Amino acid sequence: MKITEYIKNNILYLDGGMGTLLQARGLRAGELPEIWNMTHSDIIKDIHKGYYDAGSNVVNTNTFGANTLKFSPEELDNIVKAAINNARNAAEESLGAQPKWVALDIGPTGRMLKPYGDLDFEDAVAVFAETVKLGVKYGADLIMIETMNDSYETKAALLAAKENSELPVFVSNAYGEDGKLMTGASPAAMVAMLEGMGADAIGANCSLGPRALRGVIEEYLRYASVPVLLKPNAGLPKAVDGKTVYDVGAEEFSEEIQALVGSGVSIVGGCCGTTPEYISATVRATADIKPLKREKKKGTLISSYTHALEFGNEPILIGERINPTGKKRFKEALKAHDIDYILQEGIAQQEKGVHVLDVNVGLPDIDEIEMLKQAVCQLQAIIDLPLQIDTSDPVAMEAALRRYNGKAMINSVNGKKESMEAVFPLAKKYGGLVVALTLDERGIPETAEERLEIAKNILSVAESYGIEKKDLIFDPLALTVSADKKAALETMRAVKLIKDSLGCHTSLGISNVSFGLPARDAVNGTFFALTLAQGLSAAIMNPYSYEMMKVYYSYRALSGIDDNCADYISFASSLQENVTKVEEKISAPLEAEYSSELQRAIIKGLKEKAAELTSVLLDNIDPLEIVQREIIPALDMVGVGFENKTVYLPGLLMSAEAAKAAFEVIKSKMTTDTGADKCSFVIATVKGDIHDIGKNIVKLILENYGFAVSDLGRDVPPEDIVAETVRLHAPIVGLSALMTTTVPAMEETIRLLRSKAPWCKIVVGGAVLNQEYSDAIGADKYAKDAMAAVRYADQINREIKEK
Amino acid sequence: MDQIYTKSYPSPIVDEREILRYAGVRRGDASDELSALLSSCIAECEGKLTYKVCYRRLPLDVCGNKISLGGLVFFSDSLSKVLGGCEQVIIFGATVGLGLDRLITRYSAISPARALMLQAYGGERIEALCDAFFEDMKNELSEEGFSVVQRFSPGYGDLTLETQRDIFSALECYKKIGLTLNESFVMSPSKSVTAIIGIYKTDC
Repeated sequence: MKITEYIKNNILYLDGGMGTLLQARGLRAGELPEIWNMTHSDIIKDIHKGYYDAGSNVVNTNTFGANTLKFSPEELDNIVKAAINNARNAAEESLGAQPKWVALDIGPTGRMLKPYGDLDFEDAVAVFAETVKLGVKYGADLIMIETMNDSYETKAALLAAKENSELPVFVSNAYGEDGKLMTGASPAAMVAMLEGMGADAIGANCSLGPRALRGVIEEYLRYASVPVLLKPNAGLPKAVDGKTVYDVGAEEFSEEIQALVGSGVSIVGGCCGTTPEYISATVRATADIKPLKREKKKGTLISSYTHALEFGNEPILIGERINPTGKKRFKEALKAHDIDYILQEGIAQQEKGVHVLDVNVGLPDIDEIEMLKQAVCQLQAIIDLPLQIDTSDPVAMEAALRRYNGKAMINSVNGKKESMEAVFPLAKKYGGLVVALTLDERGIPETAEERLEIAKNILSVAESYGIEKKDLIFDPLALTVSADKKAALETMRAVKLIKDSLGCHTSLGISNVSFGLPARDAVNGTFFALTLAQGLSAAIMNPYSYEMMKVYYSYRALSGIDDNCADYISFASSLQENVTKVEEKISAPLEAEYSSELQRAIIKGLKEKAAELTSVLLDNIDPLEIVQREIIPALDMVGVGFENKTVYLPGLLMSAEAAKAAFEVIKSKMTTDTGADKCSFVIATVKGDIHDIGKNIVKLILENYGFAVSDLGRDVPPEDIVAETVRLHAPIVGLSALMTTTVPAMEETIRLLRSKAPWCKIVVGGAVLNQEYSDAIGADKYAKDAMAAVRYADQINREIKEK
Repeated sequence: MDQIYTKSYPSPIVDEREILRYAGVRRGDASDELSALLSSCIAECEGKLTYKVCYRRLPLDVCGNKISLGGLVFFSDSLSKVLGGCEQVIIFGATVGLGLDRLITRYSAISPARALMLQAYGGERIEALCDAFFEDMKNELSEEGFSVVQRFSPGYGDLTLETQRDIFSALECYKKIGLTLNESFVMSPSKSVTAIIGIYKTDC
C-alpha cells in the first residue's frame, strides 16, 4: 500500500532518536555520524531494526547531515546508498508485521541563507536536490525533511524534493519555547507555505517534549488540511550523577502522545532522547485509537516569514505605494537601482498600518525580472508583512514567487485563457493566493452578473489545476465613476454577488474609481466604506490617505471588531498628537549658536523637523540657496566637530540623516540638479563579509556631500564590483571589510579593478584594516572613518573638475 | 557528561553606558537626542531578542600546543597557556538571535544612526549573555568542587578562526540555538559568541 493512502485511515508510527543512540555506541564529538553508514553499518542497521521491532512504520535513514556542503559527490553517493540499504535490511530482518517504509532523512545544512548568511537560496535548493536525487536512485519510499529551524531553508528543501522526485514529502520544523522557528515563523505561517507547495504531511519535531509542543501542534491542527506529524524529544536533557537523562520517561511520553493523537495528530514518533522503548510504549498507548479524519480547511491564508494572515475576519489593507505608475521619484529610483527607496516606501506603509504590501516594479526600460526578484528578497529581509507580487510578466512572477519566503498573493490572473495558463501552474507549484480579475477576452463586462460568470469560469479552470476555491480572491474591478455614473454601483453589486453566490473573498483597487475627479480622496474613502458594507475582504489602497484610514478605523469600530474602540481611539489620538507636535516645533526659540532653525534641526539630528522646515523654506527661497546657505554649512560644522572629537559617530549620523531628509524634500521639488552634484562613487562590502554598517555610514555621508553613490550591498563578488565601476566609469571605488578572513577577497577585488578599470581610485576601510594592510593589498587610500573617506573623495572630485 | 545542553536566559540588566561606548560615545557623554535614540532602540528591541546558549562539557588533554577535547584537536599556544592546570572544558555557543539582525538591516536602509545604536546594543547584549552564562557555570561547577578560568574564543591569540568549524559541529549550534557559520567563519546571527572555558579541580 502507498504510504499516502495508509495515512488516511491509520496512525503512522515513525522512529525515535538516532544521535543519542549513536553516542551511546561510541560516536565521538566532532565525528560525522553519516560516515557510520559505511564504517559501522551493523550498528546503524541494528538501531533501525530496534525501531521496526518496536512498531515503527517508518524509519529515517542516517542522513541528517548528508549533503554536498559536507561531503564530496562520491562520498555522498556512498552514504545515501549505504544508509538506505541499512534501513531496508533492518525492515526485512525485523519480524514486526506492520507495513514498513524507509524515509530519506534530510536535515538542515547548518548554514544561514542570504541575506543573513552567505548561502544563496538557489544554491540551497541545489544542495538538497543532490541528496534527493540519490534518495530516488537508491529507492527511498518517502522524503522526510526535518528539524528545520528556518522557513526559508525549509522552502528550499521542499522545492528540491518536489522538483526532483515524485515521492511523498513530509516536512517537520523545530520550534522554540516561544512557539516559533528560530527565524520567527509561527506554525500557521508554516502551514500556509508548506500546504501551498504541496507537502503531504507537516508538523513539528525535536527541541522540546510533547507537552511543551502542544500549543504548536494545536495550531497545526487548526489550520492544516493534510495529516499532522509530531516527533518530540523526551523532554529536556538533565545531568544526574554525571549521566545525561531526559526528563520525560517512556510511559509519560506515550500518555502525552496519546492525548495529542486524540486531538487529531496522526503521525507520531520521537526525537532526541527517545529510544525503541518510547516507540513501543506509544504504539501500545494509541493502538485502540481510530485516527480522526482530516477535514479540508476552508480558511484563506497568506503568510510572511513570521506570520499567517487569514482573510475574512476583518478588512485587509494592501498598500499600493510600491508602484511606479504616476510617480516620478519612484521611477527615478527604479532606474537608478535605488532599492533603499523601495524599502523606505515599504517601511513607511507598514508604519501606517497596512497588512500586505503590493510590489510592482514594472517599467519599460528596466529588467523587471531581476528588479522584482531583488525587491522581494530585500523587502522580506526587513519587513514581516506578506507581499502581493504584482506583475503581468509570468517569468518575473515565477522568479519572485520562487524566492518569496512564505505564501504570497499573486496579482493577478484574469479570465483570459492565456492568463490562466500562465499563472495557475505557478500558483500550484509555489502556493499563493491568486487575485483574479473578472475580465476575459471580451473585456470587462458591464453588469455584476456577467462578472460573476467570469468568476465562475475562473474557479472551474483553477480547480482543474488543483487550486482550491480558498486560494482565489476576486477583484471585480473598480471603474471610473466620472466616465460612467453606474460604474461604482455595479462594482459594489459584484462584490456582494461574488461573496454570496460563490462564497469567495474579494479585493478592489480602490483609487481607480475617482480617476478624473477633483479631491479624489473624498470619493475613494466613501467608495471604500460602501464596498466594505457589501462584504469586501481586502483593498489595494493608499495608506497615507487620511480619508481611507479614517474609513478603515471607523468601519472596524462600527462593525464590532474593535474591542472598546481601542484602535479607533489610538488612531484618533495620533492625529491629535501630530497637530500639537507641529505647533510646538514652530514656537521653540532659536539658540544663539545656530544661524537658522534648519541648521539647528540638522545639527541636532532632527529628521522630521529638517524635512518640514525645508519644505516651508522652499516657498520663498531658491532650492540651491537652501543647500548652499543652510545644509552644507550645517553638515560641515558637524563634520569638523567629528574630526575634532566633539561630535560622536551616532551624532554625526543623526545629522547626516536629517540633512538627507532635507535633500529629499528639495529633490522632490526640483527638476534640475542641486548644483552640488559630484562624481560617481561605487561602494560595496566585499565577498564573504555580511557586515555592512560601516559601508552604510560612509554611503550616507557621501550622499550628503553630493556624490552619486552606487551601493552594491554586502557580500559582493569582485566581478560585480568591477562591472559596476566599468558601467559608470566611476572614478572612485570604496571597499569595506570587517573580518580578517575577508581581506583576501578585498585584495582580489583590487587586483581585478586594476586590470579592468585602471582609471579608478580605490579607498578601503573597515575594522580589520589599517594603513599597513591597505598598502599591502594595493589600495590608493586607507580611510579610518567616514569623514576621511569624504575628504578623499572630495579631493578626487576636485582633481576631475579641474582637468 | 558528554551531551549538548541548551539554556535560555531572561534578558540581562542593560548597561546604557556600555552601549554608548560601543557606539563610539565616550564617558556616557550623550546629548539628549542621542539618549532619546538609545531609549527608543531599547524599547523597540523589547521581546525581539532571545538569549540562548548551547554547551557541552568535554575532557581535556594538553600536550605542548596540542589541545585535545574528546575527538576535537586544536593547536594553539595561547589557549594551551590559558588552559594550563585544567582537566576539562566547557565549550559553548551563545546568541541573541536573528531578530536583532533584522532590525539592524531594516534601519540600515532608513536610519544608519539607529542601525549603529542597535549594533552597539547587540554588542552589549551578547557580552551580557556570556557573562550570565559564565556566572551560571561558575556556580554550578563550584558545587561539584570545580573552578573555571576566563573564557577564550576562536580568533583570540593564535587560536585560529578555523577552529570555529569544529566547535560548531561538536555543539550542533544550528540545531540547538539556530547559530550558523559561513565559509569566511562569520557567524549568523551576527551577535553571537563561541568560546571555551577551562575547568579545574578546586583545592580543598
